[in-house]
Amino acid sequence: MSLIGTTVTSADEFTPPGPGDFNLPPIGGGHETFEWLGQTHYLGVTKPMLQLVLSGILVFGFFWLAARRQAMVPGRLQFLGESAYGFVRNSMARDIIGSHHFMKYVPYLFALFFFILLNNLFASIPFLQFPTFSRSGMVYSLALLSWLIYNIAGMRVHGVVGYFKHQCVPPGIKGPMLILLVPLEFFSNIVVRPVTLALRLFANMLAGHLLLILFALGGQHLLMEVGGAVGAVGILAWVLFILIAFLELLVQFLQAYVFVLLNAMYISGAIAEEH
Amino acid sequence: MHKVILLAAEEEHELNPLLPHPIELVLSLVVFGILLFAVKKFVVPAFEKTFAERTSAIEGGLKAAETKQAEADAKLAELEKQLADARHEAARIREEAREQGAAIVAEMREQAQAESNRIVEHGKTQIEAERQQAVTSLRAEVGTLATGLAGRIVGESLDDEARQSRVVERFLAELEADQTSGVN
Repeated sequence: MSLIGTTVTSADEFTPPGPGDFNLPPIGGGHETFEWLGQTHYLGVTKPMLQLVLSGILVFGFFWLAARRQAMVPGRLQFLGESAYGFVRNSMARDIIGSHHFMKYVPYLFALFFFILLNNLFASIPFLQFPTFSRSGMVYSLALLSWLIYNIAGMRVHGVVGYFKHQCVPPGIKGPMLILLVPLEFFSNIVVRPVTLALRLFANMLAGHLLLILFALGGQHLLMEVGGAVGAVGILAWVLFILIAFLELLVQFLQAYVFVLLNAMYISGAIAEEH
Repeated sequence: MHKVILLAAEEEHELNPLLPHPIELVLSLVVFGILLFAVKKFVVPAFEKTFAERTSAIEGGLKAAETKQAEADAKLAELEKQLADARHEAARIREEAREQGAAIVAEMREQAQAESNRIVEHGKTQIEAERQQAVTSLRAEVGTLATGLAGRIVGESLDDEARQSRVVERFLAELEADQTSGVN
């Protein structure tokens, strides 16, 4: 809806798409707003919200169907489900956390990976075509959750004081160097991690989709409004749009993978006996 | 509709995408929380159970095969042992038979030897007895012959029994003494 809006408002000169295009109005056209943190927000059910719920239903539905049969010789669906589950369970959880403690974190990492992956893929699925996690709020809560999980996991193993010592005091270092290193380690291991985790996912989804909008609308503007020889460049823009769309598929997978991989590494680092 | 567009365009200038929408913040946590709960309760245990059952099925199959193999090995070893025992037994019986045969032969030989010894001994004693008899009869006959001959030659009567016998004895003793010294 807002895509059309941008083109309509820029009948004469091209207005490039911006972050505002990601602030979709509620479905059904309600446009009541409210203020929060100095921002005006729509009050209503928007597309990313529905996508979020849909992804939860789809992820659970698929794996529940796949896991239900429990056949010794799996069928096609069960094999697919087991392969996907085994990928997260073995190559992420077990290989990184280690075979002693990983089972406790498998449900979390498994649900998280496919939840993020599907929501990212929504950006490339026709008729949906919107990355849910280009909405920062959706990502912040996931990052907050992973921050809580790895810190609590570490505190359970080492105790609260022991855990902070484990995370902030590098082994084998003594004397005045500690004054420099302890705040630095604290900052990098406790403070920065959830921020980078959230920003990496959110910014990738936002920027990737913004780039796609730019190429699509720019090409359209060149072809329809400018026309002529220069307008033919619009074709090139659309070719690039298609290529970038494929690149986006890769990015969507990679961002989900990296998010979960880092979660596993943070947990593994937090519960490790020694550095 | 137009109002919405205007609002969106207006917001473009002031919207900071880093600042979260509060409903989305909560919704994301709630949806993911429900998903996590459902996955933890229904999906992961089912997959884990399947994995564990499959592992145990494979391990069970391997174990059964191992047991069968071990049984076959044991049976083979037993049969081989029986065969070896039988061979040993046969060898033992053969050896025994050979020993027995040898013993029988030895016994027979001994018996034959004894028999032959006995026969030889018997012959010897018979010969000795016969010789003794011959000597005695010869001695009497020679004496009679000699005295008869001597009486005839000398012409004198040597009827006196005592004298005759004394003369014969002395003659024979002399004869024997000569014989032994001659032999020696």
